[in-house]
Amino acid sequence: MTLADASYPDDLRYHDQHDWARIEGDAATFGITWYAQDSLGEVVFYDPPEVGAAIDKDASYAEVESVKAVSDVIAPLSGEIVAVNEALGDAPELVNEDPYGEGWLIRVRLSDPGEADQLLGAAEYRKLLERE
Amino acid sequence: MSLLATPLREKHVELGAKLVGFAGWEMPVRYEGIKEEHAAVRTHAGMFDVSHMGQVEVEGPAALAFGQRALSNDVARIEVGGAQYSCLCDEAGGVLDDLFAYRLGGDRYLLVTNSANHTADLAWLGRWSRGFDVAVRDVADRYAMLAVQGPHARAIVARALAIELPSRMRVAAVRIGGRPALACGTGYTGEDGVELLLDPGVAPAIWAELLDAGVVPCGLGARDTLRLEACFHLHGNDLTPERNPIEAGLGWCCAERTGFLGAEAVARARREGTAELLVPFEIEGAGIPRPGNPVLAGGEPAGTVSSGTYSPSLERGIGMAYVRAGLAEPGTAVEIDVRGKLRPARVASKPLYSKER
Repeated sequence: MTLADASYPDDLRYHDQHDWARIEGDAATFGITWYAQDSLGEVVFYDPPEVGAAIDKDASYAEVESVKAVSDVIAPLSGEIVAVNEALGDAPELVNEDPYGEGWLIRVRLSDPGEADQLLGAAEYRKLLERE
Repeated sequence: MSLLATPLREKHVELGAKLVGFAGWEMPVRYEGIKEEHAAVRTHAGMFDVSHMGQVEVEGPAALAFGQRALSNDVARIEVGGAQYSCLCDEAGGVLDDLFAYRLGGDRYLLVTNSANHTADLAWLGRWSRGFDVAVRDVADRYAMLAVQGPHARAIVARALAIELPSRMRVAAVRIGGRPALACGTGYTGEDGVELLLDPGVAPAIWAELLDAGVVPCGLGARDTLRLEACFHLHGNDLTPERNPIEAGLGWCCAERTGFLGAEAVARARREGTAELLVPFEIEGAGIPRPGNPVLAGGEPAGTVSSGTYSPSLERGIGMAYVRAGLAEPGTAVEIDVRGKLRPARVASKPLYSKER
């Protein structure tokens, strides 16, 4: 398996629980950061939430599981789930290989796009990691 | 308190290992990834730094007599150069530790203990050795320990280190890196292989040699998935002082006729049966069981998972659980409550994985 190198793209917003959001107007895609997948190790199971479910900022909406550990996935923003990444059912390792691309977790219609102001930019998130 | 470091810590850091605290030691949990390391041991050869494990030497004219008192198995059956698995039980038959005993000489045995139990084991052995003409010595500082496991492990070790290796369940005095060492035909992965007890000073050079010879470094993560597929017990999970060897499925390593500490309780458990039994199980669909997950049968509480993980070989959740004795038959359908989701599972036979299956 080829693991992605450490990276934190500048066009994403970050939650301090190691989740990212790619925001496009009132819609967003969520996933876990390079740091999160590296801490977990090889992801072997993703239990996706239901499309249509409401999620709340800072609350868990799913679980990703590696051989060794299970981790709650925290919603960086509030909204309603409009899509889940079905490909992860058969290939959960995509979360490790391409955490910001093929390894995305859910797409959401945001209920309060203004919440994005509370998230971190890439530089701030990198600084937070230096302290971990 | 800071974590203890093995002589190989710098080697692990060089390789980019993810280090974690384990039983007071800073140990590598993985290098490249658990699945790859697991596969290397199943198909080729992997090596584990297990220098955290404890070693106790028992020596003296009464070494055998004391061994019979302290260890559950029939120590008299170990020939010089032989190895044997045993439980260390308390008076009530509770399992204080599980260990390998190696007979190094006529009246000299080496016990390899679990690191988390090493200090308590030493105190226990010291206390019960009073009245026996025997010395119980902590020799953990004398040894680094490398487990080299996998179908090609023996051939690679024998060639790279130019030593003759003992057969399975035997131990041999050898020289490694120019220093006295022990090579043991034992392991914890369900594969063929050896465990090397060597001088800590030469351990880094030997690690590097084996790495050059193509042995894949493996962390504690793969060690756990491998041992659970083979249904080897992990003390602290599957064995505890609250459980006796009979309910843990270890009656085969208990020889009550030797009068070992706890023999009466073990004999009673064997005779009368136990309320619960440790069984291996496989999850039938999605879900990965973890220690502490409740087991249900027909919607009723039926037991608790003691070990659970994702099996890289079987590509599904596997584990061991203590269940009501009536549910122990292989094939029995149960459910595992994995954080609120009921996952169908089936009691299996041991081992959960073997090449012959």
